[in-house]
Amino acid sequence: MQIIINGEKKTINGSTTLAGLLNELNIDTQRVAVELNMSIIDKSDYSNTILKDNDSLEIVSFIGGGAIG
Amino acid sequence: MDDKLIISGIEFKSRLWVGTGKYKDFEETKKAVEASGADVVTVAVRRVNITDRGKENLLDYIDPKKYKILPNTAGCYTAEDAIRTARLARTAGVSDMVKLEVIGDEKTLFPDNEALLEAAKVLVKEGFIVFPYTNDDPIMAKKLQDIGCAAVMPLAAPIGSGLGIRNPYNLKIILETVKIPVVVDAGVGTASDAAIAMELGCDAVLMNTGIAGAKDPLKMAEAMKHAIIAGRLAYKAGRMPMKLYASASSPLEGKIGG
Repeated sequence: MQIIINGEKKTINGSTTLAGLLNELNIDTQRVAVELNMSIIDKSDYSNTILKDNDSLEIVSFIGGGAIG
Repeated sequence: MDDKLIISGIEFKSRLWVGTGKYKDFEETKKAVEASGADVVTVAVRRVNITDRGKENLLDYIDPKKYKILPNTAGCYTAEDAIRTARLARTAGVSDMVKLEVIGDEKTLFPDNEALLEAAKVLVKEGFIVFPYTNDDPIMAKKLQDIGCAAVMPLAAPIGSGLGIRNPYNLKIILETVKIPVVVDAGVGTASDAAIAMELGCDAVLMNTGIAGAKDPLKMAEAMKHAIIAGRLAYKAGRMPMKLYASASSPLEGKIGG
């Protein structure tokens, strides 16, 4: 199945839950926020969120910044 | 001296707030933040690099238990993007605070006031503690106060310009216009600029490039810490009136040859 993660197309062969995908990507869920098709997913819902073909994910975190335009 | 800064029930230990952009590395960021004595640290929200997971995280260096993390919506040019970024920041972070920026133009990085107001309205309704980056316009400041922003953050000069306090009189009018705290955001280039902002009566100053862009950021961070304290004290002390002519400070009585 193909999904879009942070604007890039990815083929997913393994887990189809969001929690599984984040684990495969080695992402610490503590410090990120995830949007699935423009809706924010609660951290408590990661394990019961099933990904579908053509889903679009945004995975964000904090970086250094003051006020970079 | 009891001179605490409290905004929306949150107590701020320092009146110097710092950004974390433009440093050489996380280690330098950490040291500069420590040297500044700040307890508010702004961060930006960006996509996680999913192909290179080896990268360290800023929050490994800036402990959210020790500092108040203030996420910003830097880089957002529409109300929609800013709202979306603020919501993501709240999910990724630990508080409802957001430094709301809706940029109107790439060259000046001046705010888009119309979109700022629109985004602020939505976020206030959603329970965010909104700190809007705005220009030094008292009318705008009043509008932001009226819709429920926690403070206003007028710029002193364009972001990253280091031009200092370009319009102290407008800041003064803003201070007289609004009841919510006024935090100068952007434009401070050196310690005296920070002191001037505080002497005017501003409640705090947020800066990034003023420290990160100095030849020695750690020394400048320390200088800024002292400038903020000195400026605040001078404001509380109340300066002497300015006079055109001299006024001797030594008594004339008993001088020789009289």
